[in-house]
Amino acid sequence: MPLVKDDALIQDNWTRLDDDAAMIDGPVVVSLERWLNERDVLASRNGALGVVLTSHETPEQIAGDLDRFSLVCLEFPKFTDGRAYSHARKLRERFGFKGELRAVGNVLRDQFLFMQRCGFDAFEVAEGTALEDWLRATTEISVAYQSAADRRATAMAQRQDACSTS
Amino acid sequence: MYRYDEFDHTLVAERVTQFRDQVRRRVAGELTEDEFKPLRLMNGLYLQLHAYMLRVAVPYGVLSAHQMRRLAHIARVYDKGYGHFTTRQNIQYNWPRLEEVPDLLEELAEVEMHAIQTSGNCIRNVTADQFAGVAADEIDDPRVYAEIIRQWSTLHPEFSFLPRKFKIAITGAPNDRAAVKVHDIGLRMVRNEADEPGFEVIVGGGQGRTPMIGHVVRGFLPVPDLLTYLDAVLRVYNQLGRRDNLCKARIKILVHETGVDEFTRLVEEEFAAMSRESPQVLPGGELARIRAYFQPPAYRDLREAAPTLDLALATDRAFAQWHAASVSAHKQPGYAIVTISLKPIGGIPGDASAEEMEAVADLAERFSFSEIRVTHEQNLVLPDVAKENLHAVWQGLKAAGLATPNVGLVTDIIACPGLDYCNLANARSIPIAQEISERFADLDRQHDIGELKVKISGCINACGHHHVGHIGILGVDKKGIEHYQITLGGDATETAALGDIVGPAFSGEKVTDAVDTIVAVYLEQRRDGERFLETYRRVGLAPFKEKLYASR
Repeated sequence: MPLVKDDALIQDNWTRLDDDAAMIDGPVVVSLERWLNERDVLASRNGALGVVLTSHETPEQIAGDLDRFSLVCLEFPKFTDGRAYSHARKLRERFGFKGELRAVGNVLRDQFLFMQRCGFDAFEVAEGTALEDWLRATTEISVAYQSAADRRATAMAQRQDACSTS
Repeated sequence: MYRYDEFDHTLVAERVTQFRDQVRRRVAGELTEDEFKPLRLMNGLYLQLHAYMLRVAVPYGVLSAHQMRRLAHIARVYDKGYGHFTTRQNIQYNWPRLEEVPDLLEELAEVEMHAIQTSGNCIRNVTADQFAGVAADEIDDPRVYAEIIRQWSTLHPEFSFLPRKFKIAITGAPNDRAAVKVHDIGLRMVRNEADEPGFEVIVGGGQGRTPMIGHVVRGFLPVPDLLTYLDAVLRVYNQLGRRDNLCKARIKILVHETGVDEFTRLVEEEFAAMSRESPQVLPGGELARIRAYFQPPAYRDLREAAPTLDLALATDRAFAQWHAASVSAHKQPGYAIVTISLKPIGGIPGDASAEEMEAVADLAERFSFSEIRVTHEQNLVLPDVAKENLHAVWQGLKAAGLATPNVGLVTDIIACPGLDYCNLANARSIPIAQEISERFADLDRQHDIGELKVKISGCINACGHHHVGHIGILGVDKKGIEHYQITLGGDATETAALGDIVGPAFSGEKVTDAVDTIVAVYLEQRRDGERFLETYRRVGLAPFKEKLYASR
């Protein structure tokens, strides 16, 4: 599947490894279950490691291991399941995850801005997705009323700045 | 009232442009109805039985006369000449055409209004005491905080896809006119020992299929922590609220299944963590900026007594009757609060024609500093009327057909749109409301009965608030025939209670008789000065049940 990252449409060079698939070289993404079962093997191998959490698995379950992962994927089984927004913010703001945070599953342009604001920086999108749509989706609303993981200046903060400088 | 600054204007304008593109994609066939549905629902657009319905937010029920004129204009141009005020202080239009909705939204944006988050599983339009800022019993003005919550909740990146819809209500007064105990979050302003204002936070109330009275999770929340605390409650709910069953997805079920103590612990833990990592402490400057918009208008220095009013009351019985039902105490000497009934005898509760909206706007401009409120009981309010002008206001209302003197009385009925409009309903609500209204039309009788809140819902979703009606009426489907279950003793105020079911449901043609019987039992049982609710609480269900089912 194509990936949107850093305002570009790129090919994904990670391999999603099924729980029963043989280990391979190169960057691989495993399920939480496989990580928990094969922690030692996975930790000692060469090559970047990523983990995918379904929406009922929580950031707390990998909080102690985050330095092992350069990629965390959070799954949206349906776009209406909004748990991963909270999980993303906790990974960024509470557990300080600095690697790639990728939205996977039912990832639609109309939620792109919300995801970005919650700390996602990579988005697995459907084949044929036009980059312009994605770029527009993140810029069509320019005002943020809430502080979130993206640390955009909120309307409230900008009003306070305007008061103190004028 | 609050006025948009550049940020507010920009966001609403951008949202209209975004939605215009979404409608364009739908009309062009780039989006299926299934794909379009979640997008339109984020913007208050429902597909009803006959047509689209657009719900427009009236933030915390506050409107200017200018905005009311625009609502009238929209009713005329985009609808069939009327609008419907709802139990969430909003207004609905039942006949907009999809292609025209973006234009309609643009007209709203011009007067600083929108339809953002009036539907969908997100934080809905915050509601408040309709007497905010003018009530004599107020601790602090809830509009200041309601506006802060309006902004915070708008396009919240983390909480736009919750398990289910989420409703917040706020009151600044001990007398609860905002029904805060039956909301997902209810905020009640209180003072601590140091006399600082803060909030009592009540979580997990609600109506619908499983009605519940909310629980206090925080007795005193300091004002600066408001948004961080709301974020914490919402985060606990977003992560743990049930998503496997739509009927069990509201926060009340989570609170119930988790237990209040454990739920409170989870919220407090999240609040402590968020206070460290992403606090949204309300800056004093922002509070002051918003509070400045809600300064009292330029009241004249009046005496509390108004001799011209007293004379009119003594000589004009019809005026006196209206006054008794419609006028409430104001904190400013010489002023009064006027509630305008949108419940004409035999009419549709909450409906207002374009002409009626304009008449109200006109009276607000002449007599109430151009301000209007919408109540959750589907009426309107002129909040700042000098007592000496009450007679003139009444005459103006009478000329517009808006002087029905029944506020708080048996014909001031709340009803949802029911099966006449809504595709969720099991039964009609409006014709039942109309029939009860006709039956009790006699004014002397209504005033003799006194305060009595009748609330009708066409299905278990309880949009007509039947659970908290003194008399609640719920439409049910019995083998394809509309029936109505009756509850007694519900209460949405600070003494909140859910109604008790009297017994088997009544068929449509027997409902009004049943209400009549209930009223007769009350009149027979009541002691001096007792309101219906007080009598009910004293005597209980038995005498009502006995009479209602005597002939069966």
